[in-house]
Amino acid sequence: MVKMSDYAGKPPAWCPGCGNFAILTAVKRALVELDIEPYRVLMVSGIGQAGKLPHYTRCNVLNVLHGRTLPAAAGAKIANPELVVIAVGGDGDGYGEGGNHFLHSLRRNHDITYLVHNNQVYALTKGQASPTSDLGFVTKTTPHGAWMPLNSLAVAIAAGGSFVARGFAGDVDHLVGLIKKGMHHRGFALIDILQPCVSFNHKNTHAWYRERVYKLEDTDYDPSNRLAAFEKSQEWGDRIPIGVIYREDRATFEEQIPALKKGSLVKQKIDPRQVEVLMQEFV
Amino acid sequence: MPVDVNLMLGGEAGQGVQAAGYVMAKALARGGYHIFADQDYESRVRGGHNFFRIRAADREVGAISEALDVLLDFNGESIDLHKKELADKGVVVFDKDKVKNIDGSINHFGVPLEQLAEDAAKNKIMSNVVALGVTMSLLNYDLDLLGNVVSEHFGAGDAGKANVAAATAGYQYARANFKGDFIKHLSPTGRSKRMLLDGNQAIALGAMAAGCKFVAAYPMTPSTSIMEYMAAKADDFDLVVVQPEDEIAAINMIIGAAFAGVRAMTVTSGGGFCLMVEGLGLAGMTETPIVVVDGQRAGPAIGLPTRTEQGDLEFVLHASHGDFPRVVLAPATIQDAFWITVKAFNLAEEYQLPVIILSDQYLASSYATVETFDLSRVEIKRGQLLPESEIAKSGEYRRYEITPSGISPRALPLQQRALVVSDSDEHDQEGHLIEDAETRTAMMLKRLRKLEGLRKEIAEPRIYGPAQAEMTLIGWGSTYGALKEAVDLSNRDGLKVNLVHLNEIWPFPAEAVTQALQGTKIRYAVENNATAQLAHLLRAETGYQVTGKILKFDGHPFSPGDIVRELKKEVA
Ligand SMILES: Cc1ncc(C[n+]2csc(CCOP(=O)(O)OP(=O)(O)O)c2C)c(N)n1
Ligand code: SF4
Repeated sequence: MVKMSDYAGKPPAWCPGCGNFAILTAVKRALVELDIEPYRVLMVSGIGQAGKLPHYTRCNVLNVLHGRTLPAAAGAKIANPELVVIAVGGDGDGYGEGGNHFLHSLRRNHDITYLVHNNQVYALTKGQASPTSDLGFVTKTTPHGAWMPLNSLAVAIAAGGSFVARGFAGDVDHLVGLIKKGMHHRGFALIDILQPCVSFNHKNTHAWYRERVYKLEDTDYDPSNRLAAFEKSQEWGDRIPIGVIYREDRATFEEQIPALKKGSLVKQKIDPRQVEVLMQEFV
Repeated sequence: MPVDVNLMLGGEAGQGVQAAGYVMAKALARGGYHIFADQDYESRVRGGHNFFRIRAADREVGAISEALDVLLDFNGESIDLHKKELADKGVVVFDKDKVKNIDGSINHFGVPLEQLAEDAAKNKIMSNVVALGVTMSLLNYDLDLLGNVVSEHFGAGDAGKANVAAATAGYQYARANFKGDFIKHLSPTGRSKRMLLDGNQAIALGAMAAGCKFVAAYPMTPSTSIMEYMAAKADDFDLVVVQPEDEIAAINMIIGAAFAGVRAMTVTSGGGFCLMVEGLGLAGMTETPIVVVDGQRAGPAIGLPTRTEQGDLEFVLHASHGDFPRVVLAPATIQDAFWITVKAFNLAEEYQLPVIILSDQYLASSYATVETFDLSRVEIKRGQLLPESEIAKSGEYRRYEITPSGISPRALPLQQRALVVSDSDEHDQEGHLIEDAETRTAMMLKRLRKLEGLRKEIAEPRIYGPAQAEMTLIGWGSTYGALKEAVDLSNRDGLKVNLVHLNEIWPFPAEAVTQALQGTKIRYAVENNATAQLAHLLRAETGYQVTGKILKFDGHPFSPGDIVRELKKEVA
């Protein structure tokens, strides 16, 4: 049986009270509860406070560039589908710099779980607006206030996401459940996690979220209806839903590739003589 | 008399210039001739002016010669554009129902091409194949050999039969009606087993022979056909080819795949490489083995999308911020394109770094006959990839172990229970990010130490021509064929010229180049770019300065004649 201590990594360098701690705990708990050993897991992350998370665990880690988490994670998953691939990033990383990769990873439906620590701010670079900052949010780079926030859940549903969910760092038990659901899901699972940043976001605080957040599981909401999901994704303000917003069963990218039917590419033998028949086609 | 025949097919995009040219080249190759062929086309799908040039000889040839023996005109335009290139007694074949005002001073043969196609095959689009039949007849070539290649190319069904009928009609028409003066004969010399392939196909075959299992690339001329070829073979050869959202995704995907343990490649052109620059640095920092093909085309920006240039050398040498080791290889010939690709995959894994193959539009779309590659000579060197048994023995695995060679033993995720940690931040030996000066310095030096080993891997420049020469030409990459022939032509004309040519450029083989240039006083950089980029590198790495430059940057490749003419101007 896998234990929490198996996933014990370096001590985090986050600010005391940061929402990231809870996400770290939730990720480890989900892996332990699913009884997945560290060597089977690959965490891929970008750059930002969120991107540091994999270093604070014990597993395979590929820490890439700002915004490039998803293509790198997809490449690793294609090369070796036996890896349990978790992609981790911030809202700036994933929805700003990595926006194009976000859209197309949803479409392709790679079998990856993607955790976005959404603190509605750029934390590592010390407090600039992010694509999800609330309208009018004033920072040093947006003295006149931020523009319309990107509704990442609505975008994800529109772009063909097959599992779209929202979690909250203030409710670890619920988040553990969501991450497990995401990992069970065949295909791309987006979990956007409301993550209070105590240093740079004094608007969307723990208390602010706690007043508003409610669980979809406590209602009769049905996540299989795409139009209803789109409507649900618009709910933001006095009440903020968490839980699975949309779920659909669809073939994954990896399942559709004939070469992967025989298993991992990593295990395929290299045999230059294969090329003999191809050369004959040119004679 | 050596046999050396030059043909050109010219017409609009969509008229089958490329298909007809390829069939003709293949039929001549089958008959035992050595072929070199190149193409010129515009960035459009219909219309414009395209041509396909074929040189057939009884010995290996690496470039096009300029004097055309046969010019096949498909749309009336090629005659005017290319008649000045005709050889003595070179003949123009054209559709006499379409072209009326023919210049009487040229040797010409009007054929009712479309009419014959209509009569023989009920389809005037096959007039290009009729013209092939005509040409083969003029050359006294074997109709059956042509017929075989035509039916292979167009299939055994009705389309194939109709095309064979069109070729036969052209052949017979010329037999009965050609009364002109044409002396070039090309009878088949026996069946040849040589391949006819282009530079991109050679790169694709090289990658597959080397065990490349993953390609992610975004279409861009001239490299797209590498990815298309491999995609067509992917299901049968257990490889995956992905066209992602952009070049940024492409390079990051192959980094992920290579990290996981497969040989991975991306192919692009300079514009796409611009987007990959960030990823190149990631491969450098994480020491991930990847192969990147930059098929150069004229730049900057979109440049001339379908035209050639050697304009990216300095760019790829310096692409991305910070210092890290990389390898830059520039295939000189189609043969080379195969072997350099194999080598690229080996060096990438042995040294755990990015390897860039610098090809270009000219090499990508030129065809040559080459012997089938001896696959028993393909070695797969995966470097310090740890075997399972060794990982099991070792305790905690350290991805970035500091070693004298700079190369750290490599384990893969899911191999035994090793945990592999790779980081784009500066990191310690475990792969976790650090900021202290000492570790930073040690890691930087570790990575750069790889260059010492790499220097021994890089091929020396090729030296061609007389050892004692008055002038030395210095070139790199795909200009090799034209340069070699220019050396021969110059020496025949009484100049004493030799060639120093590089096909493996970085780490720069400074010692070997210095030796090769010792004793030369007159040194010409011959490059397909506007600023003599290799000459800069030469000066930086060896202190040698060129005394002259022969540069071409109009989008077209050098012909041997171009180089000789420039050289003669210089010495005059
Ligand atoms: C190409 C590039 N641009 C900018 C940066 C600087 N940078 C580092 S982290 C970051 C923003 C991080 O914000 P977010 O993804 O929301 O993560 P957080 O730190 O808030 O967790 C930026 C802009 C970078 N590392 N690379
Ligand atoms: S700056 Fe914000 S996100 Fe970063 S560690 Fe501190 S509280 Fe967390």
